[in-house]
Amino acid sequence: MAEATGSDHRSPIRVLVTKIGLDGHDRGSLVVAAHLRDAGMEVVYTPPWQEISAVVKLALEEDIHVIGLSCLATDHLLVPKLMDALREAGLKHVPVVVGGIVPDEDEAILLAAGVRRVFHPGASLQAITDTITGLAETAFSADDLR
Amino acid sequence: MNRPPATRIEEFIGRLRGGERFALARAITLVETGAATAVTVLNAIQSGVGNARVIGFTGAPGVGKSTLINAYIRVLRQRGQTVAVAAVDPSSPISGGAILGDRVRMGEHGGDDGVFIRSISSRGHLGGLSATTAQVVDLMDAAGWDRVVIETVGTGQSEVEIARLADVSVVVCAPGFGDDIQAIKAGILEIADVLVVNKADQAFAEQTCQQLKSMLGLRTAACDAVPVLATVATTGQDVDRLASAIDARYREHPSDHHTRETRRTRALIVHAVCREMHRRLADEHGDKLDDLCVRVSCGELNVDDAVGVLLAALDRS
Repeated sequence: MAEATGSDHRSPIRVLVTKIGLDGHDRGSLVVAAHLRDAGMEVVYTPPWQEISAVVKLALEEDIHVIGLSCLATDHLLVPKLMDALREAGLKHVPVVVGGIVPDEDEAILLAAGVRRVFHPGASLQAITDTITGLAETAFSADDLR
Repeated sequence: MNRPPATRIEEFIGRLRGGERFALARAITLVETGAATAVTVLNAIQSGVGNARVIGFTGAPGVGKSTLINAYIRVLRQRGQTVAVAAVDPSSPISGGAILGDRVRMGEHGGDDGVFIRSISSRGHLGGLSATTAQVVDLMDAAGWDRVVIETVGTGQSEVEIARLADVSVVVCAPGFGDDIQAIKAGILEIADVLVVNKADQAFAEQTCQQLKSMLGLRTAACDAVPVLATVATTGQDVDRLASAIDARYREHPSDHHTRETRRTRALIVHAVCREMHRRLADEHGDKLDDLCVRVSCGELNVDDAVGVLLAALDRS
């Protein structure tokens, strides 16, 4: 429960689970979203087919700690464009992770574009939760007014 | 947490009041996390609060609140108004986590800078809102948004907190939601300034409207003016009429900022006292409470006696 204003209470991690591009396979993002909720996170969930500009606007308004993208059908190639858009909007501080079908040679492209971590098939839900928790704790400080 | 220097906070407050989106987003986070800076920010903006009209949407899960708000935003945008939305979703009673999905249904405004949507977890708070929703509304108001729309969690019959916060409360029902007895029950229907039967393209919509109208007919004069409207949120049918009805109600009963503020402050104080009592019972009188439980369950005391003993102990401590 939220405590009275003035305490040092640590609040839940806010994570965005979304999909960009034309791929509509949302089973994976639903499974991950449900697991993150059960790990105590506040998950802003969107259906597939989000435009990059909408994802940026959402991440800004919701003051998201970590963005998680599910990419199963080559949409991961759009991720560098999203990274550029986030930077332009002043959201460089928000870590992005990608999960799904990402060939090894493309993983290097994503990491070079600033993606913090790529999860491949077989990644455990616990590993995803731990990574997001770690990124949120190091990358996010509510008192940073920028 | 490290408190930023005073000049940084002042500059931040300036950006917030100037309408910068990131500043509003971060200010809401400050309030939600209970950061020390939040108090400074909230105090600083109080003079700028009271310009926005605050409209609350409440109703049972699945009646179409989010979709109706989406259509309502469209009408407000056509009328040239900017809209900030605070959409509250329930948190898990087990993990404390939440899936915040209301804005999924407001997706058509994803590219519109005249719309700001923030999803809020109730974080265990009962009553239909979160403990900090009132402050979030103040921030949106002070940041210069023309209309602030609050969506409550899907409510039952008694989550009436929204009435304290909103200038106009819209209670949304679905067709066939209950018989005449349901309609006459006290609680959520009584706080409605506007009643909406959404999904009006479905069966029994007309009957539900009639039931609500006859329910209002049995009420005191104050209820006479409550309009009952039928809408189809998915097509936008009659949502412009809803927007006009909301404006009309506001003009009839302009709940000035001062009244809203007083009601809200009162509620905040009561909440804080309850929380403190809880804490003291657990921290200082846990053993006594255990002992009283045993004595009540074996019939030595009744519950009223036990309450008396605890209140006396709280008085002394």
